[in-house]
This record gives sequence, C-alpha cells and structure tokens, in this order.
Amino acid sequence: MSADTHLPKDAARPAGGTELIRFDRVTKRFGSHTVLDALDFTVSAGKHVTLIGPSGSGKTTILRLLMTLLTPDEGTIKVGDAFLTHEEKDGRLIPAGEKHIREVRKNIGMVFQQFNLFPNMKVLRNITEAPVHVLGLGKDEAEERARGLLDLVGLTAHLDKYPTQLSGGQQQRVAIARALAMRPQVLLLDEVTSALDPELVAGVLDVLRDIARTTDITMLCVTHEMSFARDISDDVLMFDAGRVIESGAPEKIFTDPEHERTREFLGAVL
Amino acid sequence: MTGALWELFFKGVWITVQLTVYSAALAAAVAFGVGIARTSRLRVVRFLSGAYVEIFRGTSALVLMFWLFFALPLLGWQLAGVWAGTLALGLSYGAYGSEVVRGALGAVAPAQREAAIALSFTPWQRMRKVFLSQALPEMMPPFTNLLIELLKCTALASLLSIGELTFEAKLARLSTGESAQVYGIILVLYFVIAFVVTRIMRLAERRAKASVGRAPEISGGLFSRTPAVTGTAAPAAGGGKP
Amino acid sequence: MNTWSWGYVGDILPDLLKGLGVTVEATLLGSLVSFALGLVWALALRSPSRWVAWPVGAVVEFVRNTPLLVQLFFLFFVLPSWGLTFSPLVTGVIGLGLHYSTYTAEVYRAGIDGVPAGQWEAAVALNLPRRRTWTAVILPQALRRVVPALGNYVIAMFKDTPMLAAITVGDMLFQANTIGATTFDYMEPITVVGVLFIVISYPTSLLLRALERRLVR
Repeated sequence: MSADTHLPKDAARPAGGTELIRFDRVTKRFGSHTVLDALDFTVSAGKHVTLIGPSGSGKTTILRLLMTLLTPDEGTIKVGDAFLTHEEKDGRLIPAGEKHIREVRKNIGMVFQQFNLFPNMKVLRNITEAPVHVLGLGKDEAEERARGLLDLVGLTAHLDKYPTQLSGGQQQRVAIARALAMRPQVLLLDEVTSALDPELVAGVLDVLRDIARTTDITMLCVTHEMSFARDISDDVLMFDAGRVIESGAPEKIFTDPEHERTREFLGAVL
Repeated sequence: MTGALWELFFKGVWITVQLTVYSAALAAAVAFGVGIARTSRLRVVRFLSGAYVEIFRGTSALVLMFWLFFALPLLGWQLAGVWAGTLALGLSYGAYGSEVVRGALGAVAPAQREAAIALSFTPWQRMRKVFLSQALPEMMPPFTNLLIELLKCTALASLLSIGELTFEAKLARLSTGESAQVYGIILVLYFVIAFVVTRIMRLAERRAKASVGRAPEISGGLFSRTPAVTGTAAPAAGGGKP
Repeated sequence: MNTWSWGYVGDILPDLLKGLGVTVEATLLGSLVSFALGLVWALALRSPSRWVAWPVGAVVEFVRNTPLLVQLFFLFFVLPSWGLTFSPLVTGVIGLGLHYSTYTAEVYRAGIDGVPAGQWEAAVALNLPRRRTWTAVILPQALRRVVPALGNYVIAMFKDTPMLAAITVGDMLFQANTIGATTFDYMEPITVVGVLFIVISYPTSLLLRALERRLVR
C-alpha cells in the first residue's frame, strides 16, 4: 500500500517541529460548570498527540473548540499563524467573521465517535462532496482522490454502497477517508472506536496506525485505547478537571507517571 | 363600519361560539364512546367503531353537512340548518377525537390494568378511575388542536345560511361592498376566538395534569400549543389537521 | 319520500366525475403550493434574524388559526380590487396552498429538527458552505422523513376542496349542488360525492401508513 501517493504532501506545510496549534489561556464553560480553565498548550507540526484523562475532563471539548463546533469563552486559539476564532484588525483582536473561520478551518479535519457519514450519499460521494464543493476540485479529480483513499482504508469494493449498508468499522474507515480527502494539516480523532463493536476496533486502529506512520499529518487524538495511544503518540497529555496535569512521551507517562492522578487513571483503564 | 354592522358581527360571533360548543360537546361524547369501543374485547364492537371512524374521517365534513341538510329531508327528516351543522361537525370531529382517545388509552402502562384488576375494580371502574384519569392529560394537547380545527370548520355552516360569523360577513359585504374590510375584520375575530379557546384549553390541560400530579411543561409562542404533527403519518397521533 | 334510483346515478355520474377531475386538480396544485411555501416558512422561521422570523411566525399563526373558507372569500373578493384577477380555480389553489403551507411548515420544522446534530457537525468539519449544507445534507434527510406527514395533509386538503364550490369552482360538490338545484333531488348526487371521497381518501391513507412504516424503518 503506497499511502504517500494519495496523502497530503503540501509544499507550504510548516516544517516538522514548528508550532502548529496554540491554546492561549482558553476557558470554556457550560452554564456554571467550567470545563476548561485558562488552558495553555501547544502542538508542533507533524506530531501525534493523545489526550487522556477521566471523562468530563475536557478532552473532547478541546477537539470541538478546534473544529469550531464550540467557541471559547475566553482566550485564543491559533492554527499556524492565524487565530481560529479571532481576526486582527487595527492591532486589536475581534471575533472572526464566517469567511475568516472558513479559511482557517480548511486546515483541520475531524473524525467523530458516531462517524456522522451522510446517510443520503453513497460512500464515494461522502468523500468527494467536500473536495468538490469546498476545494473546487473537478468531479474526476475528486473521485480519483477518493478511490485512492478508499484503497488506503481497504474499502474500494464498497464505494457504491450507502453508509447504512456498511458495518460500524467500515463506516468509520470511510469517515477517516472523508476527512483526509480535504488534505488537512491537522486530523482530530474523537474517541473514534468508542461506538464500535469490539471485534471491529482493530481494523480502524490499523488504518490510523498506517496513516500515522506514513504521513506527516498532525494528529490530535482522544481515545481510551491505551495501547494504540502508546503506539502512535509522540506526546501524551493527561487531563484532569480542565487542566493538563502531566505530559510527556508515552513511554514515560504509561510506565512511570509522576502524578498521582495519572497513576490512578491508568490503573483504572489499563 | 357602522354600529349596525358591528352588531351584526357580534351576533355572528355568538352563533359561531354556540355552534362550536354544541358540536364540541357532541364530538367529545362520540370521541369517548367510539374511542373506548375501539379498545373493546368484542371483535364486532371493534369492527363497527373502526368502520365509523374510517367513514367519517374519510369523507369531507362539508359534504356530510350538505348531505344532512339537503339529502336527509328526502328521507323524511327535515333538520334545521343549525342541527345539520352541529351534527356534521360533531360526528366528523368525534371520529378524529376517538383516535386521540384510543391512542392515549393505549399509552397507559399495562401494569396499571393488572393493578386495577388486583384491586378488584369492575371493568367500568377500571376504565374511569385508572385509564381515563391517567390518559386525559395526554389527550388535552391534541384535543386543543382539534377544537381549533372545529372552530374553523363552523364557517362551513354559513353555506347552509346559518347566521354565524361568516354568513354575517357575507351580508355585510353585500350591503357595504367593502370586501377587504369586512373579511379582514372577520378573520381577526376568528383569530381572537381561536386565541381565547387555546388559552382556556391550556388552563384545562394544566388542571388535568395537576390532577395526576404532573407539572405542565412550559411552552412558549403566541398560541402555546403542542406542535401539530411530528412527522408521523398516523392521523391520530398529532391531531393537528384531521 | 323518494327511493334511490341507480338510473339517476348513471345519468349524473359523468358530471360528478368531471367535478372529481377539478377536485383532484385543485388538490394536486394546492399541494405543490403548500409544499413550496411551507418550506419557505420553515426556513424563514429558523432565520437568525428576528426581523424575518417574527413576522413570518405571526403570519403563519394567523393563517393557521382562521378558517380556510373565509380566506377563500377574502382572496376571491379582495384580490380583484387589488388588480389581481385570477380564475376561481387559481384563487382556490392559492387559498388551499397558503392555508396548508402553515401546516407543512410545521412538518418541515419537525423534519429538520429530526436530523441528528452530528450531520451539522460533519458539515462544519468538512467546511461545507451553509447553502450546500442545507441542500445536500440537511434537506434531503429531512424531506425523506416528512413524506408521510405531508401525504396526510394532501388527504386533508382533498377533503377541504369542496369549499372551493363556495367561490364557484366547478368541483364535485359544486356539480352535485347544481344537479340538485335543477332536479330537486339531492340524495343521489351528494351521496355519490360523499362515497367518492371515502373511496379515494381511505385507500390513500392506508398507502401512506404503509409508506410510513417503510420510511421510518
């Protein structure tokens, strides 16, 4: 499988190691509950970062903020050189307009827990829809790209089916292909195996391992699959109550965590 | 608009309200009678009540009204216009209402029936004390919708020359020639009646819910009615437009 | 007391069937108007601008809570004085369509609300433009859900078309009335009309129930 030929090799892509995502004192509240509390963290281009921690600790909120499905109450988020939800005007930051958000958001793709494939479109069109209508690709070019990605996720035989005709694992692989078809710099993975039957998890994780190994896409991943996290991650961030309480290489976090809460959490899930 | 015309309109409003009340009373009686009959254990009772519903729901209320007014006299029964109107509306909306009754009765938990048997209630006590009292709050929102539909349908009686609001409007139009003004006023009057009816029904709904110890849900909007249809084709379900 | 005459039924049937044609025509055209207009209302009611949503909401409530028959009279007598002269049938179709659009708007609203939040989120994640999100993702899914409910309103409209007789549209009831007025025998014409309504609307509603079972899994 020659994944590289289908996958993003963008010349303008920041070189590995430069900062791609920056959260600067980001606070998010739901009602009176503060999910993220003045959170700071950065992700370098090309890195694979896994967010772990007890449920309700704000991991998914981070992904949803990056995808602009939520807006921060305070603080700023930067993707590359641009603010995600703000624009600079006369040296001041103002809330971003739709056009600005769309421009920055182009760099980000997301795979959801519940797949969220469009049930009214066949597999192939699920993948080509956005490249055609957002990137302005021709139909043929978009389909060629989609076929390549379906090959990558091992579903070439199913391109003419509707999502409901596929298993959960197959649907999630289509969703991965759909996100990659936009050639984002960052791929957000939100508990992508949580809704799957146990026997279907491995197929999805294998595809993601492949992508992590063969591309330079930046990944931000929320998962409960600790062995997968250990395999693909460059960095693991341990969250608790809206803050990063510990971070480091997976070998360090998983074998010799410094924080008591991390030990408790890993003891419970491993 | 002169005072005499307003007098005409208010006379019309009064007849419209009367027609609505009479037809609604008949419809309610039919709705509960037929609705309960449809849950009967006797097949023949279920079949006859089902046939009633399909026939009266299947035809047009206006055609039924004309039939009662123009055709029935030829069989020897002469009905006054008001009674032809009341009968047609009551029988039609009774059929719609019986579907609401049937649906709400069906939604009462089966365990309630067993509990009632365990308490050795008679079947009629079971129906009244256990089923109807629990199902009534569920019926109120669709009944409100049906009542508004019924109110709107009373306008049809004007075609039998009954002196209700729409008929008086016709007279007013003929005497003044001010069509836009006359029909504009009439529409607003109907709207006001509908608004008042909705408010009264909301109060009744709140009381029915309080009687089974449930808090009424808060809903906004001018009319604060439960949305008519929720994507289901079962004509009984929403009770919006029959 | 007269008796039922099949011969008389045979004589008047052609006229009644001609009326049925008009009835069906009015129903189908009125349905199309109500489907289109209802969608416009439903989308306008979701508008983030209160200057759009509020007036549309008020108009929809007003039209839904007042009698179709009076609305028909209003259109029939008032439109010409505004310089809009239509045939009775066209006026009737406008009236039916407008009145029922306030019901279909509610159907669409429920259908749109029924599309899972994840579909909107996926559209955002793929950066789809707003218009494309509506036309390619949300509406195709919402419309599929609303077909049975819309069908029920078509049947309801069908049964309301006799009102058009009041504005001189030559529908079934109008024909029956005309026949009755000349022969002084209303029994057969009106009975046949009533039966025709049942014969058409009952099987149609059975079909819709079957369709609903298929569409809603």
